Amino acid sequence: MTKLTDLSLAEARDGLAQKKFSAVELTSAYVAAMARHADLNAYITPTPELALECAKASDARRAKGVAGAMEGIPIGMKDLFCTEGVRSTAASRILENFVPPYESTVSANLRDAGAVMLGKTNLDEFAMGSANVTSYFGNVANPWTRNSDDKTLVPGGSSGGSAAAVAARLCLAATGTDTGGSIRQPAAFCGIVGLKPTYGRCSRWGIVAFASSLDQAGPMTRTVRDAAIMLGAMAGNDPKDSTSAPIPVPDFEKALTGNIKGLKVGVPKEYRPQGLSAEIAKTWDQGLAWLKDAGAEPVEISLPHTDYALATYYIVAPAEASSNLARYDGVRYGLRVDGEGGLDDLYCRTRAAGFGKEVQRRILIGTYVLSAGYYDAYYLKAQRVRALIAEDFRKAFETVDVILTPTAPTPAFAVGENEDDPITMYLNDVFTVPTSLAGLPGMSVPVGLSADGLPLGLQLIGKPFDEETVLKVGGVLESSAAFTARPSRGEG
Amino acid sequence: MSLDKDTVRNVAYLARIDVPEEDLDGLAGELSHILHFVERLKEVNTSGVEPMASVADMTLPERADEVTGGGIRAKILANAPDSREGFFLVPKVVE
Repeated sequence: MTKLTDLSLAEARDGLAQKKFSAVELTSAYVAAMARHADLNAYITPTPELALECAKASDARRAKGVAGAMEGIPIGMKDLFCTEGVRSTAASRILENFVPPYESTVSANLRDAGAVMLGKTNLDEFAMGSANVTSYFGNVANPWTRNSDDKTLVPGGSSGGSAAAVAARLCLAATGTDTGGSIRQPAAFCGIVGLKPTYGRCSRWGIVAFASSLDQAGPMTRTVRDAAIMLGAMAGNDPKDSTSAPIPVPDFEKALTGNIKGLKVGVPKEYRPQGLSAEIAKTWDQGLAWLKDAGAEPVEISLPHTDYALATYYIVAPAEASSNLARYDGVRYGLRVDGEGGLDDLYCRTRAAGFGKEVQRRILIGTYVLSAGYYDAYYLKAQRVRALIAEDFRKAFETVDVILTPTAPTPAFAVGENEDDPITMYLNDVFTVPTSLAGLPGMSVPVGLSADGLPLGLQLIGKPFDEETVLKVGGVLESSAAFTARPSRGEG
Repeated sequence: MSLDKDTVRNVAYLARIDVPEEDLDGLAGELSHILHFVERLKEVNTSGVEPMASVADMTLPERADEVTGGGIRAKILANAPDSREGFFLVPKVVE
């Protein structure tokens, strides 16, 4: 029999339904795997006892004939989702001991669908980063290593713990959040599927806020079908988030028909910047060839403002972050560092001690671009360019059904690389940020290995609330690529 | 745009983050570098373009003005670094 930790979510769901194994058995297998590979540092707070209790309750529900869409499925929860009674840190010292008295809507939806939470996964502090090297709780190791050396590689970020845990089989699937690429880029780096839904598809209520006009939760899984199943359980309108869309949630799994005949696949010419690795370019061409073989029609498109997306993002996101993170004041919850200079001194010392370097940098940039005299020149200007970037996509989708691009400009890099200059690190998100600014669904699918043995991903971008087409085309890409490679670390 | 030390000191105060004097120069360099990078937006003609605050193509929903939660003071104060008699405690702010 296949090892329990090797089953996909869909296979595990069916195995549980056919009573081939119990939720307790499945969860126990994952709890053991988590303990064996704790050195990857994928989890900030593992919750094995809680998980086993939940698994027992799940088996009891099933025995009574009740089973949700994720019944008995052990998952990792990015530690940006507030979970009632389980500390939720955002990987920051300032929330090191924060135990929420409430449950985020997405984690509650998953729990109500029967999912079993194995623990809270590591991330970049406040989800700010592309390498999971800014967590107060330490770096996450990518379970993949290069053929040419044994250096520890980054898992990408910010959802690096979730990506590493799914790839190393320390959970069946995990939640991520994506502001500029934080689901898709780590998914590509770790050789898994990562889906950022349309802005508004999942409720943001109870997710520690980074940039509210961009943040969106989504599934990180080993297969496209698993992403479809999990997204269905996460999504839905929520009166507690005024930006969550009041539209029904389709049965995403039904979209996986495999039939993409006649579908028009956009290929943006601006996504071939100088310095794009030859391997990535080749992988992209290969992906396109697969879709063509399956009956789709490639169409060259232009997204003329692509080159301005990163600059726009690095004004809008820090501006929103500086405003959102004003709440961490050392008074109502979180870290407090007392000073001699009264309340102001308490604020200043608490925030200096509580936030790491990258978070401070982004708060300062955000504060500056929102300050009197600069607001129009930076913030309003960025919002205007954002409108143009969204318009580029709107026009492109008048002629195409879906867009195919690389997910990231390089495969995973080693810890320490790209850290001298913040801009080099920001460039990781060059292919994912435009989609975020436009609020569109985007999914990374693993399609192959680099010459050095590292996974490479391709990104599919869809129309607003058309995750179904993204999943359908993703399914075809997945079966053509037949990506079965496994990382060198994690459960064998 | 390059930021000088005094500007960074002022921005850090606006953000209520204590930055040690010896770190100001380095930070000024890093922040200037980022600002220089984002300044390429000046090349884009945005005349007549409305600023986009949200991609959500919808008007904000309204609900009846009713109390739907609350009454959990103890739960909320459980995370407070310092509290007394049902209140958050801060250093003296009025002389």
